[in-house]
Amino acid sequence: MIKLRINGQEKEFEGDGEMPLLWYLRDQLGLTGTKFGCGIAACGACTVHLDGEAVRSCQTPVSAAENLSVTTIEGLDPQGNHPLQKAWRDVAVPQCGYCQAGQIMQAAALLKQTPSPTDEEIDSAMWGNICRCGTYTRIRAAIRQAVKGA
Amino acid sequence: MTASPILDERISNVSRRGVLKGIVAAGGLVLAARIMPVGRPFAQTATAYGAAAMPHGTVNAPNVFISIAKDGMVTIVCHRSEMGQGVRTGMPQIVADELEADWNRVHVVSAPADEEKYGNQDTDGSRSTRHFMKPMREAGAAARMMLEQTAAKRWGVDPSEVEARNHEVIHKASGRKVGYGELAEEAATLEVPANDQLRLKSPDQFRYIGKALPLADGFDITVGKAQYGFDTWMEGMKYAVVARPPVFGGKVVSFDDSEARKIPGVEKIVKIEGTPAPAKFQPLGGIAVIANNTWAAMKGRDALKITWDDGPHKSYDSQSYRAQLEETARKPAKVVRNEGDVDAALGKAAKKIEAEYFIPHLAQAPMEPPAATARIRDGKCEVWACVQAPQVTRTDVAERLGMKFEDVTVHVTLLGGGFGRKSKPDFAIESALLSKEMGGAPVKLLWTREDDIRHSYYHTVSAERLEAGMDATGKPVAWRHRSVAPSIVSIYSPDPKHEGPFELGMGFVDVPFDIPNLRCENGEAEAHTRIGWFRSVSNIPHAFAIQSFAAEMAHAAGKDQKDYLLELLGPARVAELKSLDTLWNYGESTKMYPVDVGRLRHVVELVSEKAGWGRKLPERHGLGIAAHRSFVTYVATVVETAVAEDGTVSVPRIDVAIDCGNVVNPDRVRAQMEGACIMGLSLALSSEISFKDGRVVQGNFDDYLVARIDQAPREINVHIVPSNWNLAPGGVGEPGLPPLAPALTNAIFAATGKRIRSLPIGDQLKA
Repeated sequence: MIKLRINGQEKEFEGDGEMPLLWYLRDQLGLTGTKFGCGIAACGACTVHLDGEAVRSCQTPVSAAENLSVTTIEGLDPQGNHPLQKAWRDVAVPQCGYCQAGQIMQAAALLKQTPSPTDEEIDSAMWGNICRCGTYTRIRAAIRQAVKGA
Repeated sequence: MTASPILDERISNVSRRGVLKGIVAAGGLVLAARIMPVGRPFAQTATAYGAAAMPHGTVNAPNVFISIAKDGMVTIVCHRSEMGQGVRTGMPQIVADELEADWNRVHVVSAPADEEKYGNQDTDGSRSTRHFMKPMREAGAAARMMLEQTAAKRWGVDPSEVEARNHEVIHKASGRKVGYGELAEEAATLEVPANDQLRLKSPDQFRYIGKALPLADGFDITVGKAQYGFDTWMEGMKYAVVARPPVFGGKVVSFDDSEARKIPGVEKIVKIEGTPAPAKFQPLGGIAVIANNTWAAMKGRDALKITWDDGPHKSYDSQSYRAQLEETARKPAKVVRNEGDVDAALGKAAKKIEAEYFIPHLAQAPMEPPAATARIRDGKCEVWACVQAPQVTRTDVAERLGMKFEDVTVHVTLLGGGFGRKSKPDFAIESALLSKEMGGAPVKLLWTREDDIRHSYYHTVSAERLEAGMDATGKPVAWRHRSVAPSIVSIYSPDPKHEGPFELGMGFVDVPFDIPNLRCENGEAEAHTRIGWFRSVSNIPHAFAIQSFAAEMAHAAGKDQKDYLLELLGPARVAELKSLDTLWNYGESTKMYPVDVGRLRHVVELVSEKAGWGRKLPERHGLGIAAHRSFVTYVATVVETAVAEDGTVSVPRIDVAIDCGNVVNPDRVRAQMEGACIMGLSLALSSEISFKDGRVVQGNFDDYLVARIDQAPREINVHIVPSNWNLAPGGVGEPGLPPLAPALTNAIFAATGKRIRSLPIGDQLKA
C-alpha cells in the first residue's frame, strides 16, 4: 500500500506501484483534468505538481509519490481563481483546451520559482508543453498578465 | 453563460414534434412547433450547392435549437463538434443575437448525432459558420418573434408595438416589460413564423455577432472539468487498447497471449477483424486487450506476441516512393485544366524556369489521441466519442454491429483537437465492437500516441512540378503545373490513382493567375496507406508549390515578390477559369462564392501594408509573402524570418490578412489564424511521416516533431477585413494554413538566397 496526498486529501493506493500516477489519478480517482498526450514525458499534457514541482505524471510511478503531495489542475484553486486560470480566461488562451491544464500547471510551477519571468524564461520553462492548436503566443501573454495582476 | 459538454438523456428522448418539456433542470418550457426543413435534399445533385448539397442540409426550427426555462434560462444546442475552432461559442452567439437573449443567461449544450433533426453535423471543410449562420439566425429570429407575439397578445396590442430586447419584451408606448421565462410556455404553442415572415436583424442591430465573446468552455477548461473523449467515465467501465497491423492491409496470422493474460487487471483479449481495402472508416483490425485500468491494458498489449502477415504494402518506402512521384511529375499527365497553348508559349518564351516541390505525409496528431467509450444495453448501443462526424459514426457503428440506426446513439464530447483525424470514426467502431465482446459493459477504447502516429489517415504525400515562361519584360506568358499525390478517394473506393475533383479544386486547378497559356496536369499515384484529410488538405502542397514558384518567377524577372504576385493575379475581377467544366469550389456555387481576384489582391495589399513590406531588416532577416484562396476565404501572410549563421530558422513576426466575408467572433478568427500559423510552422520546419518496409518510422513527439513555444513568433498580427454583410461567410478553420509554409520559405530565400523546395526544412540550411 502506498500513502500519498492528492489535492490535500490522504489517499492509499493498492496495486502495482509502477503504475504511472496519471492512470491512478484518471482511472481510479476520476481526476480527468490531467491529460494523456504522449506517455513518454514529451508533451506535458499530464503535468501535475509533486511537492510543488512540475512533473510529468505519465512517467511518474505512483511509488515515486509515496508520502508526497500531489496537486492536479482540480486542486490548483478550488474556485478556479488562481491568477493563471484567470489570465488564461481573460486572454482566451484555449482553443481545444486539451493541453491547457498541463500548461497552467507548468506555468504555476514556473511562477512559484520565478515570479517575474522574461519571455526567454517562459519559453524555456514551457518548452516541454506542446499545444497542437498553436496557442503559444497567448500562453506567453497570459503568463505575463498573471504576473502583472498577481 | 454556462456550458455542458453533452446534451444528455433528458433531451435526447423528447419528441421531435410538439412541445419539448423538461429540457432544463428548472423544469421549464420550450419553444415548440413543427420542424421546418430548409434545403435538405439528398446527397449531391447536379444543382445543389453549399449546405443544401450536404447530407440532411440545414434546419432552422427554433424548437430544435432553443429552449427557455421558466426562470428565463435559455439553452442553445450546438450541433457541430467543438475541436478548438470555437463553434460552441460561435453558433450560440448567432442564435442568442437574433433571439435578443442575455448572454449571461444562456447555457450551451452539444447535440447527439441526429442529422434528421439538426441538419448536417459533419464538422469539417470549414463549413459550420458558412452553412449555419443563416439557419441559426433564422432560428433565433423565429423564437424572438414568437415571444413578441405572445407578449403582444397578453397586452392586447399589435405585435408591431412591442420589441424584444435583452431577454425581455417591451411595449414601446407604455414601457411595460415581461421576461422571456414568463412568456416561453405560451410562446411554445404558437406556430413558427414562415421563412418569408422572419424579420432578421440588420447588421447594425447585432448585439453579439462581430464581438469577441468569451469561450463557452473557458472556465471548465481552466479548472480541468471540460469533458473530452478520453475523459468519459462510468461505473463498471473497462479500458482497452488494440495492437494493430504495423503495415496497412496487414493481418494477424497467429498470436500468443499467455503472458498478457498474466498481467493483473487484464480481463479479456480478443481479435478484431480488419476490413479489406477500401475499408472507408472500418477499423484496421488487430488484437485488443481489455482490462480494468488503462495501465494494465497497455502492459497486456506489450506482452502480446503476434505474427503478422504484412500484406501488399509491406515494401512501401518513402524514399523510393518520392523518386517515383518526382519521375511521374516529369512526364506529361492527365490534363485537368488547359487554356491557350502552353507548349508553344513555353517554346517562344524569352525566359523559362522550372522547379519541383515536395511535401511528405503528415499526421494530424491532435493532443487528444482518438478515444471512444461504448455501452450496449437492451439491444441499444450508446457511444461517447470525440468525433467530427457524429452521423457517420452512428451509421458506421450500426452497420458494423448489425444494429438498426435508431438503436445507436452517439454523444459528442469535446474534441481535444481534430484537424481531420476525428472525421474518421474507426476508433468509435472499435469501442463498440469491444463493448459487444464484453457483453455490453462500457468499454473505453484509447489510442496511445504511438497508435495515433502509426495508424492515422495521413495527409497525402506530393510532388509538384512547375514550369513558367516569361516575355522579355518578365511578364508571365505560360504556366504548367503537374501535381502527383495519392488520393483520399482510395479509402472509399478502388484506388483511382488520381486526385479527386475536390483535391484538384484545392488551390490547383483554381489557381486564379492571369496567364494566357495555362495547363494543369495530374499524374498517377497509388496509395499505400490510409490517406485522409489534414487541416486544409491538398491546399497545403498546392499553395506551397504555387506560392513558392511565384516568388521564384519574381526573382527570375528581377521584380519584387509582392509586386510580382499582384502581377500574376492580374486585375481585380472574377476569375473565369474558363476551360474548367466545373469547379469544385468547396461545394459552393460560383455565383455565391466566385473566385474573386479583387479580394485576393486586397488581402495581399493589406498584409503588405500592415507588415511593413519592404522595411529595412537586420542582416540574415528576410520577409516572404504568400496568398491563397481556400474554403472560399482569402488569406495573405507575411513572415519575417531570421536565419542564424548555423542555419537555425526563427520567426520573429507573422502578419496575416484574412477576408472571410463576415465575422461572428473576431477573437476566434484571430485564434484560428494564430493556430494555423503555428501548425504551418510545424509542417514547414520539422514534421514528417515516412515509411520504411511498410511501417511508419516515427512514433511519438520525440521523432514526429511539432512546433514548441520557443519556435512561436513574438508577434502574430491578424488583420481581419471588416465584415461585408452583402457577402456570404467563408471558412476560417483551415484557410490560414496554406500560405504559411511558402511565406516562410520565400522569407528564407530573401534572408539567405537559399531556396527551400522540399519540406520539412529540417537541417537543409545547416552547413
